[in-house]
Amino acid sequence: MSDVTLAELCIFACSETFRTDREIIATGIGPVPRLGAGVAKLTHSPGLMMTDGEAYLVEEPVPMGPRGDYKPKFAGHLPFSRFFDAAVWTGRRHAMVTPTQIDRYGQTNLSQLGGTHARPKTQMLGVRGFPGNSIYHANSMFVPFHSTRTFVEGEVDMVSSAGYNPAKRVAGGNYSGIDLQKMITNLCVMDFGGPDNAVRVTNLHPGVTFDEVQEATGFELIDAVEGETALPNAEALEIIAQLDPHNYRSHVIRDNPSALRK
Amino acid sequence: MLDKRMSPADIVGQLSDGMTLGIGGWGPRRKPMALVREIMRSDLKDLTIVAYGGADVGMLCAAGKVKKLVFAFVTLDAIPLEPWFRKARQAGEIEVLEVDEGMFQWGLKAAAFGLPFLPTRVGLGTDLAELGGLKTVQSPYDDGETLIAMPALKLDAALVHVNRCDHRGNVQLLGPDCYYDEWFAKAAEKTYVSCEELVDKMEDHYPEDAKANIVERCFITGVTEIPCGAHPSSMPPLYGPDMKAFKSYAGAAKDPGDWSAVADQFVGANEAEYLNSVGGKEAVMNVPLAIY
Repeated sequence: MSDVTLAELCIFACSETFRTDREIIATGIGPVPRLGAGVAKLTHSPGLMMTDGEAYLVEEPVPMGPRGDYKPKFAGHLPFSRFFDAAVWTGRRHAMVTPTQIDRYGQTNLSQLGGTHARPKTQMLGVRGFPGNSIYHANSMFVPFHSTRTFVEGEVDMVSSAGYNPAKRVAGGNYSGIDLQKMITNLCVMDFGGPDNAVRVTNLHPGVTFDEVQEATGFELIDAVEGETALPNAEALEIIAQLDPHNYRSHVIRDNPSALRK
Repeated sequence: MLDKRMSPADIVGQLSDGMTLGIGGWGPRRKPMALVREIMRSDLKDLTIVAYGGADVGMLCAAGKVKKLVFAFVTLDAIPLEPWFRKARQAGEIEVLEVDEGMFQWGLKAAAFGLPFLPTRVGLGTDLAELGGLKTVQSPYDDGETLIAMPALKLDAALVHVNRCDHRGNVQLLGPDCYYDEWFAKAAEKTYVSCEELVDKMEDHYPEDAKANIVERCFITGVTEIPCGAHPSSMPPLYGPDMKAFKSYAGAAKDPGDWSAVADQFVGANEAEYLNSVGGKEAVMNVPLAIY
C-alpha cells in the first residue's frame, strides 16, 4: 500500500465523513470531497443522492473531467431552481467545502479578506449558499494545506457560515440545525466534539504529530487522538481510480505526497 | 394578436438611470449578455443590479454603471473569482447588499407576492444581517422564533435570455436548469426577454415542449430575437460557456486593467459586430457544453 497518496487517504477519510443511513444529498465541492462522496455512495452509504455536478441526479457518480464515451445516467432532477426547497432548507444534505478561513467556532469565510465590507482588501466569491447550508444541514470541510492562514486566530474576517459562536446568536433564534461534522486536512481529522463544541483532533495522518497540527493552527486544539487515519482499502482505491480517470486528485495537495511519510 | 416584439435598443430605451434591474441566469450560465451589452452601449447609469452574478455584473461594474449590487456571489465557474467585480469592490466603487443564494430567491419571491419580506433562518449566526441592515421578526405563534426578515427584492425591470419565445411572450427554456428566472420575471414591474428563436405562435411550432414554459406570458413585457444572445455565457443545449472569451475578458482585468481600453472588444459597436468578432454564429454554436 506504499503507493497510496495522501490525497487518497484524505478521500477515504472524507468518504467516512459522508457515512449515513439517510437519503440525503451529498455535495463534495472540489476533487477530494467529491470523490469522498462518490466512494461513500458506492460502498457503505447507498442512500446518498448526488448530482452530475449540474442539475440531474445520478445513482452512478459521474467521473470527473472529460468523459470520452461515458454518458451520465440521469435518474432524477435537482436543478438550482429546486435546491433550496428540496435539499438545503429541509436539512436533507451534507456538504463538504473548502472555505478560505475557519475559526475555533467553525465559522467560515468565503467572501472577503481584510479591509471593510464597503471596500474589502481582497474580494473573493461572496457568501454563496454558506449561510443557508450552515443553519440547515450537515457540513464538513476539507483543507488541503493546514495552516494558520486557514485556521485563523480569533474570528474569520467575514462570518459567511454560522458556527458555534455564542456571541453570534440572537435570542429566540433556532440554531438546532447547525451540524458541523468533520474537518479533514493534509495533516489530520478534526471534529467539534470538545466542551462547547471546541475543536478536537481525532486522527493524525501517518507520521504527523499533534504538536505539528497545533503549530499550524491559529487556535487551541484538544488532543483527542484515537489513532492514525485509516488508509483506503482496495475497494475504495479502485472506485477512486474509476471516478477520477484524469487523476485530478494528484494536484490537490502540494507535491502529491505519499500517505506514508518518508 | 398581442405583439410584444421590440428591438434591443427599444428595450434598453425603456430603462432609466437609477433603476433596479434584475438579470436572470446564474454565474456564466444563460445570461442575457446581448441585452447587457446593449446597456453597456447606452448612457444608463446609477443602476442597482440584482443578479446571481457573472460577467454581466463584472462588466457593468467595470463600466461604472452600477451604484449598488445585490449579490450572493459573482463567478465565472472555471474562473472562480470575477476579476472586474473584484476590482470594483476592492476600489470601494459600489454599494452592496450581500445575501445568501437562498435568501436571494426568497427576496425575489417576496417581491413577486407583493410582500414586504419573507422570514427565514438563513443569515442567523453570520455577519449578513449586521452588514446588510437586515432586521429580525418574531413569530407571533407559541414558538416565538426569531427569524431574519429578508426584504422583498422589487425590480423595476428584469432581463432574461431564453431558448424560444413567441410574439405574445410565451417563452420556452430547454436547458437543464431554469435557475430563478421565473422569479426575476415575477418580481419585476416589467420583464424583457431575448431569445435564440422567435416564432409567431408557439402552439404552431413547439406545442410538444409546452412544459418548458417556465413563466406565464402575463409577466413578459417585451421580446426580441438575438441568436447567440447569451455569449460568452452558456445556453444549453445549443452552446456552452466560451472559456476562451472568458479567459481573454478575465486577462484584460490585469492587462491592461482599464475597461475603457477593452470595452470595444467585449461589447462592440453593435451586436452584429460583436458576434462577428467572436467568430460568428457558427463558432458560438460549436462551443461545447460545460463539464461539471
